[in-house]
Amino acid sequence: MDFWDLTLRFFALGDVNVRNVVAGSMLLGCSAGCLSTFVYLQRQSLIGDALAHAALPGVGLAFLVAGSRELGFLLAGAALTAWLAALVVNLIVRTSAIKLDAALGIVLSVFFGAGVVILTHIQKSGAGNQAGLDRFLFGQAAAISGRDVRLLLVVTGLLLLAVAAGFSRFKILSFDRGFAQTLGVPVGRWQFLLTTMVVAAVVIGLQAVGVVLMAAMMITPAASARQWTDRLWLMTLLASLFGMIAGLIGAYVSFLAPRLPTGPWIVVVVSLIFGVSVLLAPRRGLLSRMVGFIRQRRATMQDHILKALYRAGMASGVWDRGYDRVGMATAFGFLPGDLRPALGRLRRRGYLELVNGAYRLSAEGREEGARVLRLHRLWEVYLSRYLELPADHVHRDAHEMEHILTPEMEARLEELLERPEFDPHAQKIPYPERREPA
Amino acid sequence: MKPGMKNETPVEVHDLTVAYHRKPVLWDIDFALPEGRLIGLLGPNGAGKSTLIKAIMGLLPPLSGYVRVYGETFEKNRELVGYVPQRESVDWDFPVNVLDVVTMGRYGRLPLLARPGKKEKELAMRSLAKVGMAELAGRQISQLSGGQQQRVFLARALAQEARIYLMDEPFAGVDAATEKAIVVILKELRDRGNTVFVVHHDLQTVREYFDWVMLLNLRLVKFGPTAEAFTSENIQNAYGGQLIILSEAAEKLGQHR
Repeated sequence: MDFWDLTLRFFALGDVNVRNVVAGSMLLGCSAGCLSTFVYLQRQSLIGDALAHAALPGVGLAFLVAGSRELGFLLAGAALTAWLAALVVNLIVRTSAIKLDAALGIVLSVFFGAGVVILTHIQKSGAGNQAGLDRFLFGQAAAISGRDVRLLLVVTGLLLLAVAAGFSRFKILSFDRGFAQTLGVPVGRWQFLLTTMVVAAVVIGLQAVGVVLMAAMMITPAASARQWTDRLWLMTLLASLFGMIAGLIGAYVSFLAPRLPTGPWIVVVVSLIFGVSVLLAPRRGLLSRMVGFIRQRRATMQDHILKALYRAGMASGVWDRGYDRVGMATAFGFLPGDLRPALGRLRRRGYLELVNGAYRLSAEGREEGARVLRLHRLWEVYLSRYLELPADHVHRDAHEMEHILTPEMEARLEELLERPEFDPHAQKIPYPERREPA
Repeated sequence: MKPGMKNETPVEVHDLTVAYHRKPVLWDIDFALPEGRLIGLLGPNGAGKSTLIKAIMGLLPPLSGYVRVYGETFEKNRELVGYVPQRESVDWDFPVNVLDVVTMGRYGRLPLLARPGKKEKELAMRSLAKVGMAELAGRQISQLSGGQQQRVFLARALAQEARIYLMDEPFAGVDAATEKAIVVILKELRDRGNTVFVVHHDLQTVREYFDWVMLLNLRLVKFGPTAEAFTSENIQNAYGGQLIILSEAAEKLGQHR
């Protein structure tokens, strides 16, 4: 079958096995993503890693005790040891000088080591292959049965319900625990509930993703969601959604190429989502910050041109003198290459006029040049008066500030300095002519 | 003394000793805050000022001694106490806005699982207006200046509608204009009969701001009306190096536990 046939078959969800894998992967992505928000905001991202690894001995022990490979049993065992690990971490941090990161590392390796020992023992005793317990190491989504999906559905449903019901408490707990405690919010109990929920989310992911990679599902969805929003509820929603998308696409890729396991692909997809978020998110994304930086640099260059032309006009009293690009570069010390795009933009905005191949200030350009020069000189006055800097120290600083000051700050500066007439270099500060109200 | 007289003491601290990481940082602290005063809590770095505030509210367990709030345990009367923690104690990049944070002042009165509703939001808005930040209600908290962050915390405490306010360095990192504005609010609180207990650093402004002063350095050095307690001798006592033996002993105690 070719690619499109397979794709059609996958999304038609006609095959029971496909349905189970898709549902299971999406459910685990949803609960892990949702809980990851609070883990991330409490700066305990590595807890997911420790809990997942600590679940392994529980799987083995449950098999030994119950003698059954029923998923419910195995996951109950996993939850038990994972939860125990959380308890031990907490105990270590509270009663010794060992810090959280070290405690997590210790607990992770001890529990995981014990898990490997137990699984090896089971395998040597001959029951291992039957049990298929090694699938909990890296996950095996293909093994998800209809029964398993129902279990995942119940657990995910309960988790989402609990997050919705306790949302504002989890919020205050994560933001300002001490304050919440003084209010009488039972922070210990809420934290206990949250830890239990994180354990549940980790444990239900084990079958498909495995203990080794589950940590990614407890960190990356939240880290990606944080890039896109400043609202906690939206962040929680986005993180759950990212987890689900990763589950869906992971299942799809491993359906197209059955030799590629689902779990690792889920993690790859969620990492891609993270990459895209870090690059493209508005405001926080690298791209938008780069664009902002470039804009700022362009604006700075434009301001400098207008200011230079304005100063020249002010000094000579001749306002209609034009400069060609090279002339302007030599007259004011710009690089001709920098000037080319800036001059074009200034002309399009109506600040410059192009007459016979020479640029000169338009009326608006003159106003704008005056504004930049005014800000520059006001800032110099401010620095020399309030920071008592000598006159020869203030120019460079003002060179940067003139592009940053807002009109409100300008008004405040003007008021504070009582509209000074001259800057510290005894140069006149240009003010707009006061228009009398008609 | 009539029965119930004692209840007019907003905060009574009796023989309180507190250890932090097993190192005693407050020794045998004993005082009663007078009602309706603006009280400054002063002392050098590491004197235990924050520890005292936290111990009053049960955030740190005492080794010995007890605290009473209007004659009852803090747990019983916690609704009478508003709290402004140190600004650095939270992550200001947390995804919430100003109104969210101020509304948190009401969480103590909400029934289990109830969400803050219209009533809580309105009260939060009024508190924001009192600190002159109503127009910033929708702003993400990471976009606030230091002074604005401090005012958000103050508004959150106002939203608690308490009778006692415990404030941990509300002037830290704020500009002069904001400090003046905050002082006005604190004095208004006091004039309405509230008791305001403020950790403060700047010795220059003590006389101007506070009715009473507590000088602290591991033990209570002096507590009284500003004119009596804030003398150069007492300041010298609190800030001078006469406690070297006490802090060394504390160090040793920490090592031996």
